[in-house]
Order: sequence, then C-alpha cells, then structure tokens
Amino acid sequence: MGSLGRIVQHPIATGMTVAVIAVALALPLFLNVLLQNTRAATAGWNQAFELSVYLAKKASSERAESLATQLRSRPDVAQVRVISADQALAEFRSSSGFGKALDALEANPLPQTLIVTPTVAASTPEGTQALKARIAALADVDTVELDTEWVQRLNALLDLVRRVVWLTGGLLGLSVVLVVGNTIRLDILNRRAEIEVMKLVGATDTFARRPFLYSGVWYGLGGGLGAILVVAVAIGVLAKPIEHLTALYGGQFQLRGLRFGTAALILVGSVALGWLGSWIAATRHIRDVEPT
Amino acid sequence: MIHFDQVHKRYPNGREALAGVSFRIEAGELAFLTGHSGAGKSSILKLIALIERPTRGQVFINNQNTSAVKPRGIPQFRRSLGVVFQDHKLLYDRPVADNVALPLIVAGVARREIEKRMRAALDQVGLLGKERSRPLELSTGEQQRVGIARAIVGKPMLLIADEPTGNLDPDLALEIMRLFKRFNDVGVTVLIATHDLHVIDRFVARRIVLEGGRVIAEEAPVEEAPVEAATRSSGAARPAQL
Repeated sequence: MGSLGRIVQHPIATGMTVAVIAVALALPLFLNVLLQNTRAATAGWNQAFELSVYLAKKASSERAESLATQLRSRPDVAQVRVISADQALAEFRSSSGFGKALDALEANPLPQTLIVTPTVAASTPEGTQALKARIAALADVDTVELDTEWVQRLNALLDLVRRVVWLTGGLLGLSVVLVVGNTIRLDILNRRAEIEVMKLVGATDTFARRPFLYSGVWYGLGGGLGAILVVAVAIGVLAKPIEHLTALYGGQFQLRGLRFGTAALILVGSVALGWLGSWIAATRHIRDVEPT
Repeated sequence: MIHFDQVHKRYPNGREALAGVSFRIEAGELAFLTGHSGAGKSSILKLIALIERPTRGQVFINNQNTSAVKPRGIPQFRRSLGVVFQDHKLLYDRPVADNVALPLIVAGVARREIEKRMRAALDQVGLLGKERSRPLELSTGEQQRVGIARAIVGKPMLLIADEPTGNLDPDLALEIMRLFKRFNDVGVTVLIATHDLHVIDRFVARRIVLEGGRVIAEEAPVEEAPVEAATRSSGAARPAQL
C-alpha cells in the first residue's frame, strides 16, 4: 500500500496535520499578497516626485526664467514650470478665499517659484535628493522642497513590512517542519512493529524511511494547496469591500489575487518543508527502532 | 556454518542469559536447541540474527566473525538468513503475497522475479492460492507457514526458528517440523529452538541442551527415529498432503 493510501486511511489525523500546515502557510502568504497589492498601488507615486524651488525675494521673474532654462538643460530634469509671484498670488487669491486680506498687503509676499520634475530615471529617492542638493546650491534659490518625503517614509515602512512577512514566513515554515516531524514521529511509533519486521528481513534504514518521506511530501503538498485555497477565499471575500472603499475615496483599485508563480513557489516550498520535516523525524526515529 | 566460541551474554538489566556457550553446527545440518524457557535459546538465536551482540566471546556464521559486521552491514547480513518466529511477526495489514515477498522487496529484487519466487515459496509451504488472503483470515498453522515461506523466499543457506511450534497443537506442530526437515533435506542448515520434545523425538537430529545459559548436553542423532525416517525414505511428501 502506498503512503498516500495509508495517510488517507486516517482522514481526521491527516486532515488536522494538513490544516495546521495550511493555516501556518496561509498567514505569510496572505500578508505577502497584501504587500504586493500595496506596492502595486503605490508604485505610481514614486513617479510623482516634484521639487518646489522657491527663489529669494529679490529674484526677478527674468531671473526665474533664466534659472528655468538652466535647469531644463540638466540631463536629470524632465520639465520645469515657472510660477511667477503674480500668478501664484492670483491662484492663492482665488483658491484660498483670503482675497480681501491679500488686498491689504502692500507687496506680493510670494516668491518666484519653479516646479521641477525629474526624469523617470532620476526619480529615485537618491536621484531626487541629489537634484535637490544641486538646485539648493544655485544662486537666488531660497529653499527647495521635496513634497514627497512621505513617499520615502511609506517605502521604508513597506520595506519593514516586507521583512516582517519574511520573518513570519520563516518562523511559520519552521513550524511546518516541526508539525510534519511530529506527525511522522507518531506515525513511526504506531508502525514500530512493522518497521521491526522489515529490519528483521534485511531492510536498511533508508528503505524503511522511504514511505515516511513520501508521507511528508504528501502532507506538504496538501498543506500548500490548503494555504492557496485559504488565501484565494480571503481575497475573494475582501475584493468587493476594498473596491467599494477605494471608490468612496474617488480612487480605483482592483485587488490582485495570487499570481501563478507565487502559488507554484508556495507548493514547491511546502513540499520541501514537508520533506524536510519527515526526513529529520524519520532518520532519527527509524534508527532507534531495533528488533528485540 | 554456526560456531559459538565461549559466548557470554549479559543484558542491561543484569540478567546473564548465556555463560560461556560453545558449539558448532556444520553446513547442511539440522539441529535442535532445547531447554526450559530462560535457558538461553532465544538469546542464541538473537545473537545469530545480530539482534543482540555478545558481551564476550565470538559468534561465527558461515566462517564470518559477526563482531566484524558493522551496523551498516546488518541488513545485508540478515538477508543471508531465514528467521522464523513463534509469533510469526507478519504484517497483518498486508496480504500474504506482500508478507512473503518482503525480504525480496527490501533487497531490491526485480518485480517479476519477486512474483515468481514468492509463488515458489508459497508452493513449498503448501499455501499457493492464498496470496490475496490477509494473515488474520488464516489459521495459526497457516500463519506460521507464511512466516516460513517468508524465511525461505530469499533462498538462505541458514534457517533459524524460535519456538516455531509453540502455539500449535501436536499435529500441526509435527507438520511444521516436517516442513523444516524438507528444507534441510535440500541442503539448508536448520537450527530450531524448541521445548517441544515430543515432536523432535521423531526426528533424526542433534540436540543441544541448554540450562542456565550453558550447554549441558549435546545429544547425537538417534539413528532409529521410526516415524520420520519412514517419511523421509518415502521421498517427497507434498506439503499439501501433510
């Protein structure tokens, strides 16, 4: 009788083991899916880096134009938009509702402003930082603001979350090895008499171990499939509410499911973990079974 | 074939099972180990099958010193022996065919060869046709014959048996002993531990008598063993007729 036949003969015990593995693997897998989605959703934001360059009060609009021309010639700059102090004031007047108050001012308090968009290639956090430093060093430039520092913070946070996912995955992967190992250990205890008989007629430890390794592989495969099922169901349950939520914020976002590659990787990984757990347990415990 | 030289065996619990046992069994011989339970019969068989190791002294099997057999070599060594147990030690969740074929399967013999030899072994013990039966569907005597078929399927030169008739009534016990005798007749060395003196009285064979872990007597074959001598001269009694 094959090891598969044997493990389906004990559906409850086998089901429990497979379920424990499935849950242990589903958690990091699900976190991974959420992380992938967050990355996908925020990927576009990296491109939105813009530098606001505020010139010194004394700088004229001609000076602003000449600075703009100078910046446009840089290889890491895609576009420069000039907002003159007058334009800025007019815009502020119309959008802020402080029109009357602004009339009371003698002079325009706003500086000449350049909006600098880096090229896509230079839109990395490092690239924009370098550009910011160079622009800040130019004459007549008062301050340069990178509006998107929070994107860097988000990226740092996502990086941290990614590490947490890996760490969780590692710990839960270890727990899969332990669960399979323990199941195989009990299995060997239950079949001690059979292993003794096999050894009495000349079976090597390697031979006696083989069916248990197959069992470990089956447990791993079952658990991996279970984990994929759990995550698929979770995504199915969450997809609608997330779409609804983003629609309420005026956004459009579609939750992406498990990719085929990730699913295949999980199956390979869970089979490998099942094999490893059974190998450790079977190698150790079969050696201890000696006929008496 | 078997040579015990001043063998001592003391178990971890302090019991001294063998206290300087020496004897020889020649190739092709049939011999009985007798004595009360606890006399050391089982210990001798366990030392032969490398289930236990001697505390002192040496055991030679087929001119090989067993103390030279390393743990890695034990499986290979056991494949050269046939061992029969009082409690059969069958796999009760497998059919008879798998039980008999087990020594060949673990030795990696080709599948077609296994099938052929498994049937031949079952034929020799008179159980051909029972391949698909489960051991528990068979009588005790038949189960013991499955155990014997398993022991001889690998064509061993040496067959050892520990109380093979212990659970059988006298008629069945005699059948089983005749079966061993038949393997001996074709050249297999056979050593049987038993206290079933009524049965072995009917066979022409040496007896090694143990008491308290020592050999107290070696009785040469009695030439006129009336019943079995007759069976033997009459030639091939088929096991099915036994």
